[in-house]
Amino acid sequence: MAVATAARTITIAEALNESIRLEMRADPKIVIMGEDIAGGAQVEHLEDDEAWGGVMGVTKGLVHEFGRERVLDTPISEAAFIGAAVGAAATGLRPIAELMFCGFLGSCLDSLLNQGSKLRYMFGGKATVPVTIRTMIGGGFRAAAQHAQTLYPMFANIPGLKVVAPSNAADAKGLLTASIRDDDPVIFCEHITMYTMKGEVPGGEHIVPIGKAAVARPGSDVTLLGVSLTAVHALNAAETLAKEGIDAEVIDLRTVSPLDEETILASVQKTGRLVIVDEANPLCGLASHIAGMVASRGFNWLRAPVGMVTAPHSPVPFSPVLEDAYLPNPQKVVAAVKEVCAQAS
Amino acid sequence: MNLSQDQLRSMYRTMVSIRNFEETVKQAFAKGHIPGFVHLYVGEEAIATGVCSALRPSDTITSTHRGHGHCIAKGCDMNSMMAEIYGKATGLCKGKGGSMHIADVGKGMLGANGIVGGGPPLACGAGLTSVVTGSGDVCACFFGDGACEQGTFHESANLAAIWNLPVIFVAENNGYAQSTPASYHCAIENIAERAASYGIPGAVVDGSDVFAVHEAAVEAVKRARAGQGPSLLECKTYRHHGHFEGDQQTYKDDLYKSVSQGKDSIRDFRALVTQHGWFTSEELDAIDREARQAVEEALAYAESSPLPEVEEVTSDVYVSYP
Ligand SMILES: Cc1ncc(C[n+]2csc(CCOP(=O)(O)OP(=O)(O)O)c2C)c(N)n1
Ligand SMILES: [Mg+2]
Repeated sequence: MAVATAARTITIAEALNESIRLEMRADPKIVIMGEDIAGGAQVEHLEDDEAWGGVMGVTKGLVHEFGRERVLDTPISEAAFIGAAVGAAATGLRPIAELMFCGFLGSCLDSLLNQGSKLRYMFGGKATVPVTIRTMIGGGFRAAAQHAQTLYPMFANIPGLKVVAPSNAADAKGLLTASIRDDDPVIFCEHITMYTMKGEVPGGEHIVPIGKAAVARPGSDVTLLGVSLTAVHALNAAETLAKEGIDAEVIDLRTVSPLDEETILASVQKTGRLVIVDEANPLCGLASHIAGMVASRGFNWLRAPVGMVTAPHSPVPFSPVLEDAYLPNPQKVVAAVKEVCAQAS
Repeated sequence: MNLSQDQLRSMYRTMVSIRNFEETVKQAFAKGHIPGFVHLYVGEEAIATGVCSALRPSDTITSTHRGHGHCIAKGCDMNSMMAEIYGKATGLCKGKGGSMHIADVGKGMLGANGIVGGGPPLACGAGLTSVVTGSGDVCACFFGDGACEQGTFHESANLAAIWNLPVIFVAENNGYAQSTPASYHCAIENIAERAASYGIPGAVVDGSDVFAVHEAAVEAVKRARAGQGPSLLECKTYRHHGHFEGDQQTYKDDLYKSVSQGKDSIRDFRALVTQHGWFTSEELDAIDREARQAVEEALAYAESSPLPEVEEVTSDVYVSYP
């Protein structure tokens, strides 16, 4: 399949596929594995658009270009295959494994908590584990408590793992490429509701460095900070706020670990107000961590308490009315911004 | 066969109720009335029916993402089931769980499960409770062929074996885990052969033959209640529909499709019991009508039920949390 050399508008799923395809062409050490990522094992006649290519179709067609030696369907054995991806990375391959839903972390935690993240450190720097784990996060699909979780804070809490979560198609391609090329284990979080979101994506090689947040919208009155879908919520909220005379700056975190503290602090220094939007559970979470970091390093710039729009401290409910109430959304962000602005000195 | 007329009637009613319930869910889902995703049990009715008819009400079961049939066979109320699948306040789990987490602990139905392989360890726990309290109850643990490749299954089978737990591991081998055939994900043909490595009995039965399933389950339950430990029962079956609703099923080969189409536990049951003169077709037709009506009622109940209050988002997380 030809990959465009010029920028064009494609979906996040297509952008991810393009990144993997280009990297696999360039590096024979890359293998990909996961449940039904090729799909229809042992059924030889399946054409590109007929085989699953992953439950969300992200890896569609890759098996036709790279064969089943490099595109491996796995049994439902997360402990074994995520562990095998870590082991293969430590011994010379550069695997990309798909953990379908991040809630399945429960089925393979040891490989990430005790092996992949720590081998290098425990071995005194003598091991490298260049593995990328792609996984789905987020609610909105009415998928209920086990299939709608947002667990990047849990991953980020583990030293040795890098954690990435793009919010648009161009970043999806650029950050995934950077993740694959990174020599450390990277957890790459894809939001379940965003695969069909379109955006302009550069053709050919495109890299967005890990650990660098983006100022997605410059502004002067308040800093809105989000990651993955919540960065999109922040942008939408900023549009609404602009009509009401509030000029919000939006920071898209892009990477949860390492955290780009400088970009956050520079923005807070400019605006004096901060509202963090995070879909994860709040206790010991991303929002509270950033609020703490800003309180510690940027306290004097703050003109009001930090606003936080997060999920509540509860599992994700199934019923649409409950899930909608559970999730952050632009309206909640607008309300939080107004509260923060009302309190500002 | 040691089945009374009442038992036979009840088994037939269970099978047709499951079939009707699932076909109704399918239609409602296609109309966009059901949130999330649903996995249907059509084609596999005889397994839940054959196993649960060997249980008593205080026994427990663990289920899977494909759990509606297990619920019905364990006696869950179809109105509250349908309301749950619709996300309504009157649902079995107040609309918080949905199809994938449908449960009725009071009925011994310990939950559908969104985690493949989530059930077997819970089943060991239910078995342990039975042993420690001396209740004599058993737990039937349903799981798919795909779940057989999870460490949790292997660890649980071994744990149940060494602790002599009253657990019946019921492998529903429908030949596929999503789009992946069992012949790819499993190195052996019969999952039941793994029983030997845990030192427990293993048996393969035709999962579309409710009598065969029932008989094997009765045997396993007898052992478990007598303190002789767990068994592994593999039921060969066919998933008539997609993995989930909306699945195009391009991966199903022609042989699977044709064999699958030829398998119908309900038709076979009817043929057998009418041949023997145990029931007339009219009697069975009447049960069909009752079952259909009950499912229609369940649908109307779900549709007319209220939505949950948003306060429910944060309730039920803990028993107490100051
Ligand atoms: C731990 C975990 N891994 C993967 C999945 C995604 N998943 C849901 S159902 C399924 C296939 C299950 O196959 P099987 O056990 O044979 O049951 P069947 O669907 O055939 O009834 C998969 C892979 C999951 N829900 N949980
Ligand atoms: Mg199966």
